[in-house]
Amino acid sequence: MTELELWTYGIVGFTFVLYIGIAIWARAKTTGEFYVAGGGVHPVANGMATAADWMSAASFISMAGMIAFGGYGGSVFLMGWTGGYVLLALLLAPYLRKFGKFTVPEFIGDRYYSNSARVVAVVCLILASVTYVIGQMTGIGVAFSRFLGISYEMGIIVGMGIVAVYAIMGGMKGITYTQIVQYVVLILAYTIPAIFIALTLTGMPIPQIGLGGTYLGDGSGISLLGKLDQVVTDLGFKEYTTQVMGSSLNMFVYTLSLMIGTAGLPHVIIRFFTVPKVRDARYSAGWALVFIALLYTTAPAVGAMARLNLMDTIQIGPVGEETGNLVYDERPDWFKRWETTGLLKFEDKNGDGRVQYYNDTNPEFAAKAEEFGWKGNEMVTVNNDIMVLANPEIADLPAWVIALVVAGGLAAALSTAAGLLLAISSSISHDLLKGVMMPRISEKNELMAGRLSMIGAIVLAGYLGLNPPGFAAGTVALAFGLAASSIFPAIMLGIFSKRTNNIGAIAGMVTGITVTLLYVFQHKGIFFVKGTEFLMPELGMGANWFLGITPEAFGAIGALANFTVAILVASLTAPPPEHIQHLVEDVRIPRGAGTATAH
Amino acid sequence: MTPDKRADYWRANLRLLTILLIIWFIVSYGFGILLVEPLNAIKLGGYPLGFWFAQQGSIYVFVVLIFIYAALMNRLDKKFDVEED
Repeated sequence: MTELELWTYGIVGFTFVLYIGIAIWARAKTTGEFYVAGGGVHPVANGMATAADWMSAASFISMAGMIAFGGYGGSVFLMGWTGGYVLLALLLAPYLRKFGKFTVPEFIGDRYYSNSARVVAVVCLILASVTYVIGQMTGIGVAFSRFLGISYEMGIIVGMGIVAVYAIMGGMKGITYTQIVQYVVLILAYTIPAIFIALTLTGMPIPQIGLGGTYLGDGSGISLLGKLDQVVTDLGFKEYTTQVMGSSLNMFVYTLSLMIGTAGLPHVIIRFFTVPKVRDARYSAGWALVFIALLYTTAPAVGAMARLNLMDTIQIGPVGEETGNLVYDERPDWFKRWETTGLLKFEDKNGDGRVQYYNDTNPEFAAKAEEFGWKGNEMVTVNNDIMVLANPEIADLPAWVIALVVAGGLAAALSTAAGLLLAISSSISHDLLKGVMMPRISEKNELMAGRLSMIGAIVLAGYLGLNPPGFAAGTVALAFGLAASSIFPAIMLGIFSKRTNNIGAIAGMVTGITVTLLYVFQHKGIFFVKGTEFLMPELGMGANWFLGITPEAFGAIGALANFTVAILVASLTAPPPEHIQHLVEDVRIPRGAGTATAH
Repeated sequence: MTPDKRADYWRANLRLLTILLIIWFIVSYGFGILLVEPLNAIKLGGYPLGFWFAQQGSIYVFVVLIFIYAALMNRLDKKFDVEED
């Protein structure tokens, strides 16, 4: 076993033992503990758990890479995935905490005095959460197979086994305390390599300041971002700090979709049912964002610095001179290691034994490249994920740091998976079973049902992880689209508009999902089945036909449709009964909040 | 609590929400997207200012907004005597 493998097994093994230990200590004895951890979680602790719940494999492994290659355009993820917490804190969390129940569909069912509304909400929740959980499963499989020498399949089974132990035994209680530990693991794993790299490149240990610092590599006194802009444009890529994603309008709508989607994701919302008071829910959202911001403000530094390191590794001298390019046989070790995973791929197109990495889709630069004797970009694959996963190796950091990154990636994926699984299982045992089918079920049996649906959800998630449907890559974007277009508007109107009635809310939710799904399916195929795309350019419905908006960014438009239809339909039908108007009045005022209950 | 007082409390809450959400909009959609080009002419250390708002500044402001909201709402709850026991 190599030193790296020893460290990796050691650190990952240690974290797993911790998670299991917590599971044994934090067993759930009541439905209150199973669904909302007994309702006594300290707001700062809940903030930390929420941060781990929220930051997924995508945040930890992929986001810095999306920024590294998207430049300024990658800002949509940074603003979108943090700004949603402002909406959550100001518009939803305190009121839902006051309402004091266990699940999101329960609020929608009660507020709209309709089991149909509750069932529609359950369907939206399950669609959004199941699609989201697939991404975590693949993240777990990838981390295991790349670093621990275990097969992808075995990795998923081990990961699921760990989640099963603490989620089935402890429910929300077990999940909450493991998430707190997982947050500590993932934030250390993310920031330690970032500090080292910022120090090397800029002499400044704080990555957030280093990103705006001076580049030390060439002694010219140029800023780091200025240097990066220069290096990438010299090779025909777009200027890093001004590169947009689609158009300004698309970035605007995409950011809005991610914000609304974030605020509407049920597995995040239910975390705020675990704090004792309305006041705690407000502060807890702030703490959650503090803990999230630690990673989210570091990510752009990691992205930019890793991109610069990558470019400098390959383009070792002036562009166009023969000796300017790395000799393939002299490539560093990390380059070789990551080639074996397929995340990096080199093809010597002009047969000169050197690596040319440039933008061959830029016609102006491609013409220049031909004069140099270059025959196309030879780095045919540079996967986004490499920016975080290979980062410590590129910066030549010790083996324990690399091992810590593996444990961090696993912590991010496991904590999010557990939160999603709880949202799914509680919507089955509490909303469908107790709420709709068997209202008289005893608490003991409901707790048993909760555990059984947790097992079912884990098996389903594991199955989907092992046999990822063709649409796995598009799923996270879809989850945000669904949450934005269905759940967020229904809850917000439920609090802020007394006039919104059952028919309006249901019509709104159905319209919202339909509009979003149609646009996504039109571009990506019906349920992502290849060949069933139905873009109709002859009718003016080509790719991104609606104002140039991409399908990933469409959730905000779905939400707008939801709001419009709900308000319109409600205004044409009878207002909600008086007791519902009282319920809304009551939710708006903090006094009288007990701990979350089943009644 | 009288219906009038209830309505006053709610109106005060909505006013606070509106102000905070306007700031939320300006720092992200305004400075980070719509006005990014003119702001990039200004430099904050090595950061073009618009770029800084999009990748750093807006996030810091979001955090501050939530804490301001929590503090002012707690004060409002006390003033209207609707805080939790």
